[in-house]
Amino acid sequence: MTAYLLKRLAIAIATLILASMVVFAVLEILPGDPARLMLGLNASAEQVELLRNQMGLNAPLVLRYLNWVGGLLSLDFGRSYTYSVPVIDLVRERMAVSLPLALIALALSTIIAIPVGLYSASRRGRAGDSIAMGAAQLGVAIPNFWFALMLIYLFAVWLRLVPAGGFPGWSAGVWPALKSLLLPAVALALPQAAILARVARSALIEVLNEDYIRTARAKGLPYRAVLWRHALRNAMIPVLTILGLQFAFLLAGTIIIENVFYLPGLGRLVFQAITQRDLIVVESIVMLLVVAVIAVNLVVDISYAIVDPRLRHRQ
Amino acid sequence: MKMWKAILAAAALALAASTSAFAARTDLVIGIPLEPPHLDPTAGAAAAIDEVLYANVFEGLTRIGPNGEVLPDLAESWAISDDGKVYTFKLHTGVKFHDGSDFDAGDVKFSLDRARADNSVNAQKGLFAAIDTVEVVDPATVKVTLKNPQGSFLYNLGWGDAVIVAPESAETNKEKPIGTGPFKFQSWAKGSSITLVKSDNYWGAPVSLDKAEFRIVPDAAAAVPALLSGDIQAFPFFDPDSVAQVKDDPRFKVVIGATEGETILAINNKKPPFDKLEVRQAISFALDRKAIIDGASAGLGVPIGSHMSPASKAYVDLTGLYPHNVDKAKELLKQAGLENGFKATLKLPPPSYARLGGEIIASELRDVGIDLEIIPVEWAQWLDQVFTKKDYDLTIVSHTEPNDIDIYSRKDYYFNYDNPAFDKIIAELNLTSDDAKRKTLLGEAQKILADDAVVGFLYELPKVGVWDAKLQGLWENAPIQANDLTKVKWTD
Repeated sequence: MTAYLLKRLAIAIATLILASMVVFAVLEILPGDPARLMLGLNASAEQVELLRNQMGLNAPLVLRYLNWVGGLLSLDFGRSYTYSVPVIDLVRERMAVSLPLALIALALSTIIAIPVGLYSASRRGRAGDSIAMGAAQLGVAIPNFWFALMLIYLFAVWLRLVPAGGFPGWSAGVWPALKSLLLPAVALALPQAAILARVARSALIEVLNEDYIRTARAKGLPYRAVLWRHALRNAMIPVLTILGLQFAFLLAGTIIIENVFYLPGLGRLVFQAITQRDLIVVESIVMLLVVAVIAVNLVVDISYAIVDPRLRHRQ
Repeated sequence: MKMWKAILAAAALALAASTSAFAARTDLVIGIPLEPPHLDPTAGAAAAIDEVLYANVFEGLTRIGPNGEVLPDLAESWAISDDGKVYTFKLHTGVKFHDGSDFDAGDVKFSLDRARADNSVNAQKGLFAAIDTVEVVDPATVKVTLKNPQGSFLYNLGWGDAVIVAPESAETNKEKPIGTGPFKFQSWAKGSSITLVKSDNYWGAPVSLDKAEFRIVPDAAAAVPALLSGDIQAFPFFDPDSVAQVKDDPRFKVVIGATEGETILAINNKKPPFDKLEVRQAISFALDRKAIIDGASAGLGVPIGSHMSPASKAYVDLTGLYPHNVDKAKELLKQAGLENGFKATLKLPPPSYARLGGEIIASELRDVGIDLEIIPVEWAQWLDQVFTKKDYDLTIVSHTEPNDIDIYSRKDYYFNYDNPAFDKIIAELNLTSDDAKRKTLLGEAQKILADDAVVGFLYELPKVGVWDAKLQGLWENAPIQANDLTKVKWTD
């Protein structure tokens, strides 16, 4: 187990170093000057140069890279060019929206997907299975921004149960804040649930064909017990993999849903920072996400080992 | 006894609630498409800064009114010397900044000197280039001496970039703006909304609204449900393509006004074959403005024939100079020795007027034999490649700065246009303050640009506002990009 963990950890650190170089290099090649963007069409070239100096953009490339990485190591993520506040403050504000949203969406998607997958797998080929998988196909196919707009028209414009968008902040109270995250979470969860249900179904079907399931049934265990105790546990590995990927996606890849609901989430911050060439914000957030993805993968790897004892002993 | 008290209190509460239901609303939520990067109008070009703060939180010596006129603001009145070089401003007294400190002539000197200083990063530093000295005569009088007379000086002082700030708060205005306006800044939830509240110690006519929240709604598709649900009551800059969805709803007013945005097909005048007048004229003849406005702006927008807003007093209608005429365009290309046409690129920034307009223009130019390759770019790339490095053939952009015909005389501007006769007119215009004479000069300038077919003049960007029908006082036109709330009120 320790060897397994150490190996995973070493891979994680190497990935981090490589990612920091790639992220920095890619953003440096990107054409566009944040100073010119801030000053607009009417400012003279000298003035743009002046602002570049003030922003520290004229320092040599390697020096800026080392400064940035050094800052990251001491948990200083730099200051945003456009907002001129510490990047970490921006991230913290956005996380207050993105993290709960991702967690709610993930929970919703799991709650929907696992029972549907179980149901479909146990009724493979029958009408119930076809209906469930047809619905899942639809869930994958429907563009989520369109689905989000339909939700808004139904629940916000027509029924007036929830606001059409925006986020009042947690200071406005837990319920109003949760209320404004409800529709976006549903819009995000549905396509994820559809994917997850399909994965869960095929993983279960594969497991249900295994010899040990037949043995379990043959020794007289009821079908339900076999399904829950033996099949589900063994089918968890692909499901966990997908869940890990989905969580990383839900944290920052939700820019379209954030736009439709005008939520101040992490995805929109990154998008806005890219268009404004607020490089330091993009670089630092991308690195944070890399750390998050690696951490999630590490957790997933560890949970593999818990679910499947054979992995613990493999060298 | 206790019970009686409770009943009385309940009755009083009910009464209070019912009477307040009759009183007009005093809060407003306004939707804006872009979030300001910070809240200091003197330190950035982003229109979104002025759209929140101009006239609401910050005030200048003069201000621009709803139809582009220059009005007195913190300066009560002024006198101009006979040679046009010395402006003496009489200031309002009893004016306080939102932090409670007094406003006086010292703040004016500080603000103007700061904006034009060597290390200033004011995005419109050019506005202050003519200033020689700023002197404090007494706390209520400021004397500004110019290096040369400048016809547009009072107008320049009305820009958002020329607002008066206090030395104590100038450095922190980006996060916590302190001005002299009728609204003071309350809070900014980044990415979400900016809230202003009525200032109690305002020097001028009190405003009707107690609270105004600017909510950032980047997606045009989200604006419609936000209006319909009542979450947001006004979108002063609405997406023209979404108008059809709210036009027939009696709960809303759709107000189409003019902006200062000349939308043009910019041409790189030094790059062959665009250095030939015939080629540029051929392009102008090939453009069908009506079709472009229909396709790129939902039929809203006024055609232009030169670089001037049709709402301006100095506007000369030159749209008849190059009517849509494919044969004439082909003829001109033949004269230029290009009867077989040629290939070129068209770089398109993100706004829909450019992306949609570009498709139509490419097909119109194909009809006369010019084969365009469309290259979509984002703003940062556009600024870098097109605007700074002048690496382009054609591009579409809207020049939204007011009264900006002088950009064609700027050395090294991205049009690569150079005409000494035009430069001479602009130089003379800068020194002229007589209105009639300015109008003549501006007319001549427009004529030259049209004759030279410097760029393809398309249309004036419309200002499409949609708001609750009970709301009054929002600007119909956008002579500058602002959401002046000082006259806004709810009616019942």
